[in-house]
Amino acid sequence: MNAVTQPLLETRGLVRRFGGLVATSDVSLTVMPGARHALIGPNGAGKTTLINLLTGVLEPTQGQILLKGDDITALAAHRRVGRGLVRTFQINQLFNQLTPLQSLALAVSQRRGQGARWWQPLGRDAAVARRVEELLHEYRLADVMHQRTAQLPYGKRRLLEIALAIAGEPRVLLLDEPAAGVPEGERQEIFDSLARLPADVAVLLIEHDMDLVFNFATRVTVLVSGAVYAEGGVDEIANDPRVKAVYLGQGHG
Amino acid sequence: MLTLLFDGIAYGMLLFVLAVGLAVTMGLMNFINLAHGAFAMAGGYATVLLMQHFDLPFLATLPLAFLITAAAGALMERTLYRPMYAKPHLDQVLFSIGLVFMAVAAVDYLLGSQQQFVKLPAFLQGRLDFEAVGIGKYRLFIVVVCALLALALQWVLARTRFGSRLRAAVDDPRVASGLGINVNRVFLLTFAVGSGLAGLGGALGAEVLGLDPTFPLKFMIYFLIVVAVGGTSSVTGPLVAALLLGIADVAGKYYAPKIGAFIVYALMIAILLWRPQGLFVRKGAR
Amino acid sequence: MSTPLRPGAATPAAVPPAGAADRSAGIDVRQALRRDARWRWWEIALLAALAASWFGLPGHALLGNEIAILALFALSLDLILGYAGIVSLGHAAFFGVGAYGAALFAKHVLPDPLVGLVVAMAAAALLGLLTSPLILRGTDLTRLMVTLGVAAVLYELANRFDQITGGADGLQGVVIGPLPGGLEFDLAGRVAWGYSLAVLVLALLLCRRLVHSPFGTGLQALRDNRLRASALGLNVNARLVAVYAIAAALAGAAGALLAQTTGFASLDVLDFHRSADVMLVVVIGGAGWLWGGVLGAIAFKLLHDLIASWTPQYWTFWLGLFLVVLMLVGRERLLRPWTWWRRAP
Repeated sequence: MNAVTQPLLETRGLVRRFGGLVATSDVSLTVMPGARHALIGPNGAGKTTLINLLTGVLEPTQGQILLKGDDITALAAHRRVGRGLVRTFQINQLFNQLTPLQSLALAVSQRRGQGARWWQPLGRDAAVARRVEELLHEYRLADVMHQRTAQLPYGKRRLLEIALAIAGEPRVLLLDEPAAGVPEGERQEIFDSLARLPADVAVLLIEHDMDLVFNFATRVTVLVSGAVYAEGGVDEIANDPRVKAVYLGQGHG
Repeated sequence: MLTLLFDGIAYGMLLFVLAVGLAVTMGLMNFINLAHGAFAMAGGYATVLLMQHFDLPFLATLPLAFLITAAAGALMERTLYRPMYAKPHLDQVLFSIGLVFMAVAAVDYLLGSQQQFVKLPAFLQGRLDFEAVGIGKYRLFIVVVCALLALALQWVLARTRFGSRLRAAVDDPRVASGLGINVNRVFLLTFAVGSGLAGLGGALGAEVLGLDPTFPLKFMIYFLIVVAVGGTSSVTGPLVAALLLGIADVAGKYYAPKIGAFIVYALMIAILLWRPQGLFVRKGAR
Repeated sequence: MSTPLRPGAATPAAVPPAGAADRSAGIDVRQALRRDARWRWWEIALLAALAASWFGLPGHALLGNEIAILALFALSLDLILGYAGIVSLGHAAFFGVGAYGAALFAKHVLPDPLVGLVVAMAAAALLGLLTSPLILRGTDLTRLMVTLGVAAVLYELANRFDQITGGADGLQGVVIGPLPGGLEFDLAGRVAWGYSLAVLVLALLLCRRLVHSPFGTGLQALRDNRLRASALGLNVNARLVAVYAIAAALAGAAGALLAQTTGFASLDVLDFHRSADVMLVVVIGGAGWLWGGVLGAIAFKLLHDLIASWTPQYWTFWLGLFLVVLMLVGRERLLRPWTWWRRAP
C-alpha cells in the first residue's frame, strides 16, 4: 500500500447498536483506490449492516465514515450516491414496472444531474442515450430492454442490478453478494462484468463464494460478530488457521 | 372541572370499547376496516329495536347487542372479509368504505334518518353529587362496564391460551400457523368479538353519543385516531389513546366550542407527525 | 470455475468486450424511449372525442362540465396514487381550498376567472406543501389518517368560520367575470364546459409530459422501489413533496372550476364523500396510466345519473355495493371484460 495515496473510503471506529445487540463493533476499515477488497465472515457477522452503514441506510451509533477524505457520516444516503458511493443489493432491488431501458435511462440521467427534469422526455440528452446504450450492450440487456423488469429471468435481473449500480459511475462500488442465487451456468457473465470494471474504481465485495473471493480480491477483511477478526492480503487470509476455524466452527467468533 | 374530567374519562372508555376491536383486528389481519363503525351502529339499533318492539329492559339488551353484532361479524368475516386479506390496502379501504355506504343507506331506508333515543332505566338516570364533583349515574355505569371489559380483555390476552394464540398470530401469522395454531379460527373469533364489542359500545353509547344512520361516518375518524395513536399491538395503547382523546374532546368542546373538534384533529396530526407509528409501539410490531 | 478474475489479467482476447459482435447493430436509445412515450392512436382519439363532445352535445353542457371537473380532480389523484403510490382519503382538502379560494377571490378581490384560477391553484399548492411532511413518514394507515384528518380539519374550519365561508348554506353571490375575448358564462353552460375542458386538456398534456420525463420516471421508480430509487441518488422526500404539491394544485384547479362555473361554493366541497368518490373514479378508470381519471369520471357520472334517476335518495347504497363487488372481484378486471367469467387468480 502506497503510504502517499489517500484511502477512497475509510471508517473509523464504526459502531452500530440495536438496543442491546451490537451489530457493528468498532470497525475501522480502509479501501484504497483501485482496491479489490472482499468482506467475508460467517452468517450474521454484520456484513450487510456494515454496507447499510456505509451507504447511509443506517445511522451509526458511533464512529466516522470518510469518502475521499470528506466526513460523510451525517450525509443523507441519496447524496452519497452523487459522490460516487454506489451499492448493489443481495436481494435484487429493481423497478418491477419499468423496463431495463427506462431503469438505466433513469439511473444515468440521475447521475448526470438531470433526474429532476420534468419538461424533457427521458433519454432526450444525447450523452445520456449513448451511455445507456453502452450499458445495455455491456450487461447483455439489449435483447430484453423493452420487457417489464418483473418478467425478466433471474440472471438478467441480477445483471440489471449490477448495471444500475455501474450507471451511477461509482468511485467506490459496494457489492452485496453479486452472485447470490445465480445458477451455475450464468455466473460467468457476472464474473466477466466484474472483471471489466475500470481499474481505478474501488470495489468492496461481500461474498460467500470463496472461488470468487480468491480469484477476484487482493485484500480480504474477515468480519465476525460485527468486529474485524482478521485482515490482510488474500493469500494471507486463505492460509490463516484462525479464519478457517471460524468458518468451520471450531474457533470462538 | 372534575366533572369535565370524569365526563372525558367516560367518553374515552366508551371510545375504547368501540375501537379496541378495530385495533386488534388491524394488528392481527393488517386490514384497514373503515366499516367498524357500522357494527357499532348495528349494536345501537339492536338495542333500540329490542326495547321498542320486544319490550326488553335496557340492561338485557346489552348482552344481546353484543351477541347479535358478534354473530354478524363472524358471518361477514367468513364470507366477505376473508377474501380481502391478501389484497392491497387501497382495495381494503375501498371495500370497507363500500360496506359503510351500504350500511348507512340501508339503515336510513329501513329505519329512517331521525335520531334514535334510548330510554334509560330509572336507576341509571340522574346524578350522584359528591364534594365538588357531579357524576352522572349513567356515565359512571359506562366507566364501570368499560373498565371491567378492559380488564377482561387484558386477562384474556395475557392469561388464556386463546390470548397467547392471538398474540402469536399478531406477531407473525405464518410462523403461528406453522406452530399448529389455527389462524383462520383466531381471525374469525377475534373479528367476531371485536365487532361484538363495537356493537356493545354502540348500544352503551347511544344515549351519550347519539344514534342515527350517519353514526359510522361521524365517528370513523375517532376510531381511527384511537388506533393510529394507540397502536395495534396492545390493549393498553388504545386505552390510553382513547382516554386522551375523550378528555381532549370534551375539554375542547367546553372551553373552546368554536374550534373544539378542530383541536382533536390537530392533536392527532401533531402526534402522528411526531411518532408515525403511534404512541405505543412494541418493538418489532408492524 | 477457473477463469482468472484479477484485474488486468483478463486480456481482451480472453474476455471479449461485450457487444463487440452486435456493436454494428447499435440501438438507438433515444428512438427506443421515444417509442415508449409516443402518442398512441387511442390517446389522440380520446382527446378528439373530448373536443368533439363539446361541439356535438350542446344540450349536455352541465353534465359535460361536471365530468370535466371530476376528470381533472381524478387526474390529480392519479398523480399521487398511481404514480407515486400515496394513498390519500382526504384529497378533497385541496379541491375545497381551490373552490373556496376561487369563490372568495371572485367575491372580494377580482371576478376575473383566469386570475382566480391561478390564485386558487397557488393556495392549494401551498396547502399541499405545508401538509406534505405528513405523508412522508409512517405507514399506509398513518397516511390515510393524516390525509383524512387534514380534510376533516379544513371542513371544521370552514364550518366554524361561517361568516367568511357561508357555512352550511354556502357562499352566495359569487359573480364570475368573462373569459378573455369577452366570453361571458352563459346560462346554458356551454362556455363553462368549454372552459373546464380547456383546463382539463391542458392539465392532461402537462401531466403526460411530466410522466415521461426523468422526473416522472423517477416517481414511478420510487413507487416501485423506494429503497433503490434512493440508492440511485434520488431525493425521495423532495420528489414526493413536489408531486404532492403539483397534485394539490391540480385538485385546487378542479375545485376552482366548480366554484367558478356554478358561482357557488359550500361545505360539501370538503366532504368525505368527495374524497371517497374521486378515489373510486380513479379505481374504475385504472390508476397509473393517466387517462383513468377521464374514463373513470365519464363512467362514474353516467352511472350516478342512471342510478340516481331510479333512487335519488339511496344512490350511496348502490355505490357501496358496486365498490364491495368490485373490490372482491379484483379491480384490474373491470377494464378487462374477458376476465369477468374466469375464476379469480
